[in-house]
Amino acid sequence: MTIPREHYLQAVFPTPFHPRTAAVNTLNVWHRWRDYTVADAYFDVALEYTALRNACTVFDLSPMTKHLITGPDALAFMNRLVTRDVAKVKPGRVGYTVWCDDAGQVVDDGTIFHLRDHVYRLCSQERQLDWLLGSSHGFDVSIVEETHDVAALALQGPTSCALLKRLGLAGIETLAPFGMRSFAFEGGELMVSRTGFTGDLGYELWIDPELAVPLWDRLFDVGQVVGVKPMGTLALEMSRIEAGFIQAGVDFLPADRAIRADRTRSPFELDLEWLVDFRKGSFTGRRALLEERTRGSRYRLVKLDVEGNKPAKDAFIYDRRRRNVGVVTSALWSPAAKANIALASVQMPFGAPGDELWAEIYYQKELKWSRFMARCTVVEGAFFNPARRRVQPAGDC
Amino acid sequence: MTDPGTIVIVGGGHNGLVCAASLARAGRKVLVLEAADQVGGAAVTREFSPGFRVSSGAHLLHALDPVVERTLKLASHGLAFARTGLNTVALGAGDPLILNGAQVLAGEVSATDRLALAQYVSRQRRYAALLARQHGRIPSRLGAGFSVIRLFGGGANNRITENPAPMPWSLAKFAFDLRRLGRADMRELLRVGTMPLYDLLEDRFENAQLKGALALDGVLGARLGPRSGQTFFTSLQRAGAYGLPRGGMGTVTGALAIAARAAGAEIRVSSPVASIRVATREDGGEHVTGVVLESGEEIAAVTVVSNADPKTTFLKLLGARHLDAEFVRRVQHFRTEGCAAKLHLALDGVPQFRGVPSAQLGERVIIAPDLGYIEAAFNPAKYREFSPAPVLEITVPSLHDPGLAPPGKQVLSAVVQYAPCDLAGGWDAGRPRFLAATLDVLTRYAPGLRAQILDAELLTPVDLEREFRITGGHWHHGELALDQFMMLRPVQGAAQYATPLEGLFLCGAGSHPGGGVMGSAGRNAARVVLAGRRT
Repeated sequence: MTIPREHYLQAVFPTPFHPRTAAVNTLNVWHRWRDYTVADAYFDVALEYTALRNACTVFDLSPMTKHLITGPDALAFMNRLVTRDVAKVKPGRVGYTVWCDDAGQVVDDGTIFHLRDHVYRLCSQERQLDWLLGSSHGFDVSIVEETHDVAALALQGPTSCALLKRLGLAGIETLAPFGMRSFAFEGGELMVSRTGFTGDLGYELWIDPELAVPLWDRLFDVGQVVGVKPMGTLALEMSRIEAGFIQAGVDFLPADRAIRADRTRSPFELDLEWLVDFRKGSFTGRRALLEERTRGSRYRLVKLDVEGNKPAKDAFIYDRRRRNVGVVTSALWSPAAKANIALASVQMPFGAPGDELWAEIYYQKELKWSRFMARCTVVEGAFFNPARRRVQPAGDC
Repeated sequence: MTDPGTIVIVGGGHNGLVCAASLARAGRKVLVLEAADQVGGAAVTREFSPGFRVSSGAHLLHALDPVVERTLKLASHGLAFARTGLNTVALGAGDPLILNGAQVLAGEVSATDRLALAQYVSRQRRYAALLARQHGRIPSRLGAGFSVIRLFGGGANNRITENPAPMPWSLAKFAFDLRRLGRADMRELLRVGTMPLYDLLEDRFENAQLKGALALDGVLGARLGPRSGQTFFTSLQRAGAYGLPRGGMGTVTGALAIAARAAGAEIRVSSPVASIRVATREDGGEHVTGVVLESGEEIAAVTVVSNADPKTTFLKLLGARHLDAEFVRRVQHFRTEGCAAKLHLALDGVPQFRGVPSAQLGERVIIAPDLGYIEAAFNPAKYREFSPAPVLEITVPSLHDPGLAPPGKQVLSAVVQYAPCDLAGGWDAGRPRFLAATLDVLTRYAPGLRAQILDAELLTPVDLEREFRITGGHWHHGELALDQFMMLRPVQGAAQYATPLEGLFLCGAGSHPGGGVMGSAGRNAARVVLAGRRT
């Protein structure tokens, strides 16, 4: 199936999986993700989340922005673009990264798929073609946005590997985290990467849009016995906060969208220092980040364990109940961690690990609003980080 | 093997030489590498026809930095003038109008116009003096959050800049200079500073030739017409008196070269630089390690100062990959599209412009008869076509400086506009057609000229680009406009002569205060290098 691109006739398109996602969307709730319509939820957010953590779920990832970067200078281009050393992402491997503007402020985050020598796929939350082309002067590379040409599903959860084995992907359990491998599928190629946005054992499946519907059908044919369910964006949002993953436009503002100088964040300010490799040589933002390392950062992203069970969504953060030092960017009561968790951006020097902060939480019961100050503890590491996510070979449940 | 402590200067144009001389005088070892077989860049004298010599780039000196002239003792190194204070002879439908500053020496100009001219010129000189005071200052660096509104004391409630950066020092001085103009002048400058000359001149003057002559100052060397915005501002760059160095512009740069050598600088000609060499330190930081010549020879240096234009320096010699992406994008967007051509004629006798007294034939003769004519000449340039009836700024330097031509012969040098560097169809096909159009206009005012022509050379922007290695053939290395001025010249991040790359500096006309044979950029760059400043 070729996706029509006559945008003047239609602003939002169905994804290649739409014939199937529409059929199972019993709630009929949809929202727009870039050029596409996707489901908020299919049958019940809590049950979809429960399926993810206890069996496995399929999430339609097709609207994710994808770029294909090829050419003799592809590695040099990637290394100048992003903050980490792309030379360490070997062929057949995937790496998470961020990229910055000249001021060292994060433009976006995404994943680099090193498909083969001189060929990379860069997946991003935002549209980045203009930024990539603008960064390509002086490099012998070709950059193509291929969002519409690649259909993708995230298959996540403890039984995801078992499902893929039942699909006939021989040896899939030996695929290491952040590895990828291709398999034959109905006359085409199915690329499988052990990646995801849920913090769980899981895979992402990349395929020609023509084979999207057959893939969906096969997954649900062989997956019934391992409990596969479709999952919408709302349950994904729960899982990514539990995993401690940040989201562009939610936990940070992409630098190229910011008007006000203090609204952007550097990798250091997003707890992503591990992604910045100064030793690899020049990259966009390097000078500014070096300066920041000397001068100190303005903010930091913290993970909070919040007292009580009222989600601290959008809550102001206080130091000793008096001084406003930050704001919660993402929060929920986590069923997996059995904790009230939040991601917050706070001014330095507040929010060191173990520090006590306070969240001003507003909540309502039957239209009556109440406010209370919840004690928060700054914690390190993901809120939910099961061993099955990393174990090799991957387990069956 | 060169001492790596040597400062290498890429390009021996006037700014490169000023920079070299300044650094050498401060005791630094300096090596100037010039691509051409003589120093001078676009301020040179060369033979264009056997026995005929001409200033092949800039042909009038009107902005030479007095500090450069004094401190480098250019007079004692050979700089002499064949003529200073040239009149402007504005040709038109009627009798020529002869001007010198606020004075009207000939022509039918009403008393009202004379009064308006006196006011206009006096105010322009005050504004030009204000700009000239900035020439020797290193432009301020604008940090994130800086608000230009604060420059004028406002912006207390400016929500965009909640964490305003402190007022940078040289900008504060500029603001102080602005205030010192006095209330009336400052307000007037803020009112007209970005205006098109067309509107301003139509408001104040009656005489069409006078308006044409004044408008030419705002558009010469620019891709602008009188109706374009900020042409009043660009006209302030040409408020100085016009002079002809004896022996052509090559004398100016020749004197600079002597001054530089006297101070200990080494100058090598016919040594085009192919690339600037970069190394990565253990910690990942990149720095300059020298240059590689087109011959393959490598010259080590921890400091390289580029007199080349910013696009050549960053995109060709250095390479975009050593720079941040947004910086590169700004460099790419630096407007460098040259629009002025240069005409050189070898003449068998003095050209006779109709109605011009013979004593005035060697002055600065201009063909810009009225505002509409100039604007009409500019219009095709917008669509990559040349002017069918161009505007000209003409000099016959051999009348003052007989050594430029064989006895009894003359040299005519003219700036001809508009000739867009990116001419549709290319300049190989366009050159003869534009030469014909130019000669048609010239013979309209000097009917006997065609018969006097022994040889002709027309340098289009493409030829200027090739001869002087300036991107777009733009004599300012890039439009000298408000958005490419002071701390925005050439681009934010390289406007203080230091560049983002450790050890690399700029010193050319692409930096503040810009083009015209001035030398201020070279002088300022030397100060920055000596101070060991980094961006």
